Amino acid sequence: MKKQNIVIIDYDAGNIQSVKYAFERLGITPIVSKDKAVIRNADKVIFPGVGEASWAMNSLKENDLIDLIPELKQPVLGICLGMQLMCESTEEGNTKALGIFPVSVKRFTNEQKVPHMGWNQLDDLKGGLLNGIKPSEFSYFVHSYYVPLIEETIASCDYIVPFSAALQKDNFYACQFHPEKSGDVGVKVLKNFINL
Amino acid sequence: MDVKDGRTVKGVNFVDLRDAGDAVELAAYYAEQGADELVFLDITATHEKRKTLVELVQKVAKELNIPFTVGGGISTPEDVGVLLNAGADKVSINSAAVRNPQLISDLAKRFGSQCVVLAVDAKCIDGNWEVYLNGGRLPTGIDLFEWIVKAEQLGAGEILITSMNHDGTKNGFANETLAEISEMVNIPVIASGGAGNMEHFADTFIEGKADAALAASVFHFKEIEIPELKKYLKAKNIPVRI
Repeated sequence: MKKQNIVIIDYDAGNIQSVKYAFERLGITPIVSKDKAVIRNADKVIFPGVGEASWAMNSLKENDLIDLIPELKQPVLGICLGMQLMCESTEEGNTKALGIFPVSVKRFTNEQKVPHMGWNQLDDLKGGLLNGIKPSEFSYFVHSYYVPLIEETIASCDYIVPFSAALQKDNFYACQFHPEKSGDVGVKVLKNFINL
Repeated sequence: MDVKDGRTVKGVNFVDLRDAGDAVELAAYYAEQGADELVFLDITATHEKRKTLVELVQKVAKELNIPFTVGGGISTPEDVGVLLNAGADKVSINSAAVRNPQLISDLAKRFGSQCVVLAVDAKCIDGNWEVYLNGGRLPTGIDLFEWIVKAEQLGAGEILITSMNHDGTKNGFANETLAEISEMVNIPVIASGGAGNMEHFADTFIEGKADAALAASVFHFKEIEIPELKKYLKAKNIPVRI
């Protein structure tokens, strides 16, 4: 595994231990930081997130990170709420988000149980971040809001409606599922990200 | 997995583990076998020893790449914060929520519903399902269905239901009741209590409309092996991760 400086953005939004441990299992010790200089100088940046969107955006604002993230030039990986915050806006708390992906995040209708919680299958895989993952392999999801399918979708999943399981635009990557909790499939995603 | 003072207890009897009481090694074994989630229930009696649980959670989180839930003796948001920070994905609450239902909404607001699992032990007497505490020894007078509806409204993210009538019988899960509950709420229902063979798992997904099934001893004693169980369920057209 390539030696590199991976920084996990720490903005008090949820459990980042698991993400850190997942990289440690791959032999990389990430730095957890909210310091702008540290983030800017990273080889790669992880933008995690668990929790409520408006609260999380507020926390980014308090840490003065809102302008920084969309300007990053190195590969950035948003995870779960991190991915949703990389979109234009989200219905959760009617929140304006970072605007990297040109799409609005919507809430699942209650036709089935919400949150979408558990293992579900990835399809329409477009390589890159998802190299080596076969169609219909399972990854672990926990979310009540979803990103519709867009041009930047690099993997889809289906729950109530088809939605984006992963996105990519330039140096910005994102997955709705939790690679740190998705067994071997998740390991492949993290390795692919490391090897970008 | 029941853990006490940081070690697994109750009939875990693997010949292929170096240390059958090592919860971390056992967790890794089950993850490798294809378990989708693990649940650790701390049965440590004294408050002082709970520190060992946090250390255990940390070790498990370092090792494991699938989600896991931790429960047992959790009664405050502070307890939950410590466990989540140590790397747990979800916590399960039981007695403390019955004594103080507000705890459910406090946790949901602070940490999100997705990590709040409400565990309920219930017993049916003369057709009435009642919530019990202390592993089925202490009746509460609370109706199971009313409690679950209330818990969902308060913000529980998942319901783990153990039927004391079925637990330990190996005669199958409480499917009729589980189905009724699963249709009543809009959050996942985990069936627990009664697993004896592979058919029971298929039954609880189909007849019991359960979103997940939990079992302990049939796995600990290798009466059912997870890879074989998943193949069986797949052949029955139940969607499983293999």
